[in-house]
Amino acid sequence: MPARVITITSGKGGVGKTTATANLGIALALLGQRVVAVDADIGLRNLDVVMGLENRVVYDIVNVVEGVCRLRQALVKDKHLSELYLLPAAQTRDKSAVSPEDMVKVCEQMRNDYDFVLIDSPAGIEQGFRNAIAPADEVLIITTPEVAAVRDADRIIGLIEAEGKGPARLIINRIKPDMVKRGDMLDTGDVMEILAIDLIGIVPEDEAIIISTNKGVPVALDNKGQAGLAFHNIAHRLLGEDVPFMTIKDTSGFLRRFARFVRS
Amino acid sequence: MRFWDKLRGRQIPSSREIAKERLQLVLVHDRANISPGLLQTLKDELITVISRHIEIDREGVEITFTQGKRYNRLVADIPVLGTRRQKS
Repeated sequence: MPARVITITSGKGGVGKTTATANLGIALALLGQRVVAVDADIGLRNLDVVMGLENRVVYDIVNVVEGVCRLRQALVKDKHLSELYLLPAAQTRDKSAVSPEDMVKVCEQMRNDYDFVLIDSPAGIEQGFRNAIAPADEVLIITTPEVAAVRDADRIIGLIEAEGKGPARLIINRIKPDMVKRGDMLDTGDVMEILAIDLIGIVPEDEAIIISTNKGVPVALDNKGQAGLAFHNIAHRLLGEDVPFMTIKDTSGFLRRFARFVRS
Repeated sequence: MRFWDKLRGRQIPSSREIAKERLQLVLVHDRANISPGLLQTLKDELITVISRHIEIDREGVEITFTQGKRYNRLVADIPVLGTRRQKS
């Protein structure tokens, strides 16, 4: 079966696309899937550093597109898992070095050898974003429960539908149950009501994420903590399994309303 | 809206409720591609046109963009003072 190409995007920067891409890559590989994580943020690469592979980057996606090397030479095997690879972005070029057609061609080369191609989209709505969604079969949108992030996510949802890549599915990242309880943070129900797309995951705020980036060891690897578990759940759902969402208590009767959004 | 009911009941809305209301409002504008600036322009031009035919309270004019069930609505609320006398 050919690979599923999934782009992870958000609009807003800093909401957790790279972290999610790295951790979903790990979680899927741990479930026996063959995965390539592609860093589409040309000029500002970060997927390599979040995965702890920064010292192993030799060639990048621009080299592949320009024919300087073969795709195999650019793929970096993960330190921990043999079925996970990274296709790094270039650091000294910019988004214009690659076109949407180039992205589609590179992904086509990977279709037969892998099960999942996860594309870490840059922030924004310009060429980098268009490059990242061009090859996508599916799109995951990441937002945090904050006004600016949700607003940008809404715009992105519209753009994705206009490109014919919808419907996208949503990951709500960095939920803080205490703040939700105090009435100081939008809860999952609020965000779902506003954005009105299917939910595929809720990831709570977790200090372990910062520690994991410090060390270059994504949280999904050591299976401790809430965020890691959330990413594993998302991976299961990507594989079609019906995993109940983590109980995050909040004031809006989320668990009740939520039943509508669970995929069967 | 719950938010305004709360204000009338003198309960202070939580920041979450404020965020939700603000988001819903700003997205109505974003999705319809009507900027608040455009609304002001529409208001000024509407006032000019209507004033040619009917005397209105310019200060009291309100133009809002609201979410409806099937359509979003541009609603003009124009206080009327009286019709202009025809100059004979």
